Order: sequence, then C-alpha cells, then structure tokens
Amino acid sequence: MGGRVLAARLALAFSLLAVCGASGNSWAGATFDAVKARGYVQCGVNVGLAGFSSPDSAGSWTGLDVDICRAVAAVMFGDVTKVKFMPLSTQQRFTALQSGEVDLLSRNTTWTLQRDTSNGMHFAPVTFYDGQGFLVAKKLGVKTAIELNGATVCVQTGTTTELNLSDYFRAHGITFKPVVIEALSEVSHAFFSGRCDAYTSDTSQLASIRAVDAPNPEDYIILPELISKEPLAPAVRHGDDQWFDLVRWTVYALLEAEEKGIGSKNVDKALASPDPTIQRMLGVQPGMGRALGVDERWAYNAIRLVGNYGEIFERTVGKYSPLRLDRGLNALWTQGGLMYAPPIR
Amino acid sequence: MPHHSLGAWFGDQRVRGVLVQLLVIGVVLSLGAWLAHNTIENLSQRGLASGFAFLGRQANFAIGESMIPYAASDTYGWAMLVGLLNTLKVGVAGLVLATLLGTLIGLARLSPNWLASRLAGVYVEAVRNVPLLLHLFLWYALITDGLPGPRSAFQPLGGVFLCNRGLVMTVPASHPAWTAAAVALVVAVVAAFWLWRRWWWAPALVPALPLLAWAGLGAPLAMDAPWLLGFNFRGGVTLSPEFLALLLGLVIYTAAFIAEIVRGGILAVSRGQGEAALALGLSRGQVMWLVVLPQALRVMVPPLTSQYLNLLKNSSLAVAIGYPDLVSVLDTTINQTGQAIEGVALIMMVFLAISLCTSALMNWYNRRIALTQG
Repeated sequence: MGGRVLAARLALAFSLLAVCGASGNSWAGATFDAVKARGYVQCGVNVGLAGFSSPDSAGSWTGLDVDICRAVAAVMFGDVTKVKFMPLSTQQRFTALQSGEVDLLSRNTTWTLQRDTSNGMHFAPVTFYDGQGFLVAKKLGVKTAIELNGATVCVQTGTTTELNLSDYFRAHGITFKPVVIEALSEVSHAFFSGRCDAYTSDTSQLASIRAVDAPNPEDYIILPELISKEPLAPAVRHGDDQWFDLVRWTVYALLEAEEKGIGSKNVDKALASPDPTIQRMLGVQPGMGRALGVDERWAYNAIRLVGNYGEIFERTVGKYSPLRLDRGLNALWTQGGLMYAPPIR
Repeated sequence: MPHHSLGAWFGDQRVRGVLVQLLVIGVVLSLGAWLAHNTIENLSQRGLASGFAFLGRQANFAIGESMIPYAASDTYGWAMLVGLLNTLKVGVAGLVLATLLGTLIGLARLSPNWLASRLAGVYVEAVRNVPLLLHLFLWYALITDGLPGPRSAFQPLGGVFLCNRGLVMTVPASHPAWTAAAVALVVAVVAAFWLWRRWWWAPALVPALPLLAWAGLGAPLAMDAPWLLGFNFRGGVTLSPEFLALLLGLVIYTAAFIAEIVRGGILAVSRGQGEAALALGLSRGQVMWLVVLPQALRVMVPPLTSQYLNLLKNSSLAVAIGYPDLVSVLDTTINQTGQAIEGVALIMMVFLAISLCTSALMNWYNRRIALTQG
C-alpha cells in the first residue's frame, strides 16, 4: 500500500507540473466553465468513513459529505447523478484539488488558516462542526483525557489530528507515544486489538468507527474533552470565484431551506408560498440563479433531490443513521446551534 | 585542411553522432526546464508556499520511537533525521538477518537431507510468491492480536517481556563503559575481518577487545530492568510491534530471494571443484567454506546487491503498519506544511543516496573478491 500510495502521490505531485501548465493564465471562471463543459462535477471524498462518505452494498456512495457533492450537482445540472466521486486518502486530497483532479473537495476536511492560504484553497461554509476527542476501552477505567499520561495513542497519518494531539499533551505537561498508521482501517484494527490505549480523531469519526468497527460498541467510551475545534468544510482551489460562490451558496441554500421548513417532501407545495424570501430562493421570482450563473430552479432542485441540511444530517449521521449523533453545534442558530445562512436576496 | 561542403560534413558519421547526442541532451534539458518553470509559475500563481525553509520550523508532532532525543518542539529537519535513522535501523538489521537466514535456507535447499531440502523449497515458494505488504499485515496482526496486553505479558526469560506493546528487555544501565565496549566490538570485527588470514588468532579480538574496554572503564554491572507502570512498561529497551513486524516481514521475504541466489551461486561452481576437495580429504563443511563458497560469492554478489537495494526501498512500506520511518515522517510533514513537491523530492533524494551508497559498497566488495582470483 505504501508503495502504491507513494506512486499515487508522485503522480499527483507531477500532474501539478504538467496538467496545470496547459491551462494557461486565465483562471477566472475556469473551473466553473470546465465543469459545465464536462457535464459532471468531480468530487473528492473520503475512501470510507461511515456517515460522511462510504460506498453502500450496492456500490453507491452515501454520507453527509457525499450529499453535499450531490447538492452541488443538482444546483449545476438539476441532476444528482451528474457527479463522479473520487475517493482520496488524507495525503492525496490537497494535491488532488490543487492539480485539478477534483473540482470540489468534500472530505471531512478541517478549515485552518494554513490550508486556506499556503495550500491555495477556499473553504465553503462549514457543513459539520466537529472536535477532536479520545476513544478508550471502558475497562481501562480512564474518565478524562488528563489521565492518559504515558498512554500509547493510535492516530491516522496526514491529518491535523497529530498536531492537536501533540499540542494537548505538551500543554498539560504529560507524555504519550503515538502509533501513526496510514489507512483508517488499519488504525482501527490496531486500536481494537489493544495495541494502543486510546484512539484519537474527530469525535464524529470516533462515533462512526465505534458503531461500525468495534467488536462490541458498548465496551468503548468517548472521553468528554474536546481538544480542538474541527470545523469540517468543503473546499475549492483558489482562482475561480464564480465556482466558489456556487459551492458556498449551495450549502447556504440547504441551511436556509431547513430554517424555512422546506424539505424534499414539501418543496413543490412551497413553490406556491406567498413568502417573498421563499419565492426568491426557489426561483419563483427570478434573479438568484442568473447571479450564480445557473438555472433559476437551482435551490429547488437541490432541496427536492437531496433534501435540506436537517434531512441530510439526520439521514447520514443523525437519528436515522447507525451513528446517532445529536445535532449539538450543528443545529440551526434558531435552535442553539451554529448553522446560520446569510439572506438569499 | 581540405574544403568540406555542408553535405559532406553532415555525411560524416562521427559528426552526425555528436549532433544527435547534442539534440537529445537539449530536448531532455529543455523538458526539465519547462517542467520546473511551469511548477514554479503554477505554485506562485496560486499562492502556494515553496522552498525548503520549512525544514527549520518547529515540527509540532510526536514520533513514536527515535534513536536520538526528539521532542515535538524540534524542527522538521530534525524530525526527518529521526525518520532517516529509523529507516537505517530497520534496513541494516534487515540486511544482516536476511543474509544469514537466506544463506541458511539456500544451503538447506541443496542439502542431501530430503526433509531439509523440501522444507527449504516450500519456504522459498510460499514466501516469495506472496506480496510483501501482506507479510507485513500478517506479522503486525499476529503481534497485536496474538500477544497479550502489557498487564499479562509473556515472560519467556527473566527480565524479558513479550506483549502487544512489543518486546521489552532488560539491558545494562547506561554507562560510558558500555558505549566504549560497543565501539570496541565494531573495531574488533573489522580488524578480525582484515587480519584473520594473516594471524590465526585474530578472531579472538572480537570478544577480547570489548571486554578490555568494559573492564578498563570500571566494569559496571548495574542493569536497567523494565517495570509496569500505568498503561505500559517503563525502563529497559522496547522493540515496538511496528519495528518487529517490519523487520520480520522484510527479513523473511528477502531471505527467500537470497536463498535462491545462494543456491544458484553454489550450483554455478563446477562439481569437479567439490569432488576434488573431497578427494583431498577435506570435510563437507571445509569443502563448502573453503572451496565452494568463495567461488560462488563471485556469482552471487551482483544479484545480491539488487536484493539489498530492494530491502532498503521496501522498508518504506512501514507507513502501512505505523513504523515511523523516513516516509512516514515526511508524510506528516507534507500534510502539515502542504509542500508535497519538496517532501516527495526529499524522499527521493534520500533513497537515491542510500541506494547509491549501498551499491557502491557492494561494487567495491565485488571487485575485491574478483581480484583474489588472480
């Protein structure tokens, strides 16, 4: 695997050299136009993370990150099937976006200053507010993360997780030994076989792993501390503001739809709504679609075909999924959460 | 000087040869320049960071095992050195053990003993036809799943513990005398290797020199024994499950190829040599050691070099089972700095340097044993 991944990484690194050289200097609208001409969106997703992006038994991709890609396809083409998913490892993801292999990276990626600047990415609105935590076996008898002094901690390579982990232990003057493994499945295997005392990752991911990989999920607990802020957001590369706007407002439309109580079931009825804000969003009053450069029915299509943010959340990671995560910070601002969309007008 | 027309000048085969070579070099160079220019242009166009300045910045990540003192507050450059030493540690141990095991299996395969030769044959066919990555996963799973936790570790010998946190051993407590003894051991081995043909007693240097160094500096006897505290063992020396799995995988896999090289090399020595030596009254062991192996070495060294290079490069599969080798450390570096091109270039340069050094050393050895023929 190391060899193959290295080869893939090399290929990506060198496609930066060649592929992009061909596209010349003009970048305004380049991605938007390329996607339109190609007829589908290339979307980079996780290779397998239950609830966010994983192929089901029929081979079709499911999850919150995946549904964001579908919503973008619905906005662009009025068709959720006009999207191709490219599973990317944590190390491949940025190079794949930078080199133009994918148009959109929707792969539980934390928004940080360095990624926003020196990695050449623009982050769309946060689709999931997460934080890094620890998963431990109950029989260890550990109640808080401070008690992990001297512990061996399993962690996946190529993430901000390694940095947070080291910062947390340094800040509290306690020690640990990391075991850094490349593939998520191998990290889980090492942890559940007892190689490590604790497993650190974003808590949503820990919940997903506990639900899917643990021999008995009841034997493991997630410690109460969150040692970092992990706002997970879709990202596009620098250089095409039109494409960035489109992705950004797709996410906002999903949030706005939930706030207005419009979902996949009642969106057709909502077309007759007397509320001017709903009329503008759904394209009954034209203008928003033209501003984005797409069909006036853009938001209508996304809501009808994918659902609003609340529907996506509950279906993929919330109460109708095996993960059973609470809305928490991911509730709308009107319900004590952080999800807030600027007005669509 | 006779007058040449342009046609005649171009018709000259030598001139044409030089021209074609110049053309090829020109094309290769301009292709390289174009790629480099494009990369720099694209990177700056998108505001991507470039250059190697990041090597001097604080790394901020931890590394599981290190041969030199390392903390998260050290630089990326220092972290890279930690990774390089880890790569060399598993590489050097792997080369020595794979050579010993491979030679043993190769000899066994030629043995007149039916059972030994069949067992060696099965080993070679079974091991070399399975991808190395699967070997690594197998050994790693056997160690982490098959062994008990630290609180109920096996204790095969006093002071030695085997558990899913690795092999924990009692070692002599740190003292200058032990360091001196280790240096003396290396010196003695090298000296014995050079001198044993001249002085029959030269091999005695190997135990004598380290013993003298140790005794001369106070003969310390204090031991550093591991004890269980909290989650894990403290003290002693630990060989991690990742290191053990990688070492086992590399040694067992490469030994299968080396065994075939040894077998091929021995079969290449004409039978008459062995028969003649037997007729002179040498024992089977002496025939192998004094007559057959020295001649077989000449055939074996070039393909052996390839296997050594393979082993060193295959050690980069470490990242799959979590051993913090050079590639693993630079992976993390790439992810934190976003400078993939620089990181991959460093990996390539280091492996190129290691491989060229190995190959130079083996070529020197090859010339040396070839010369003794004369």
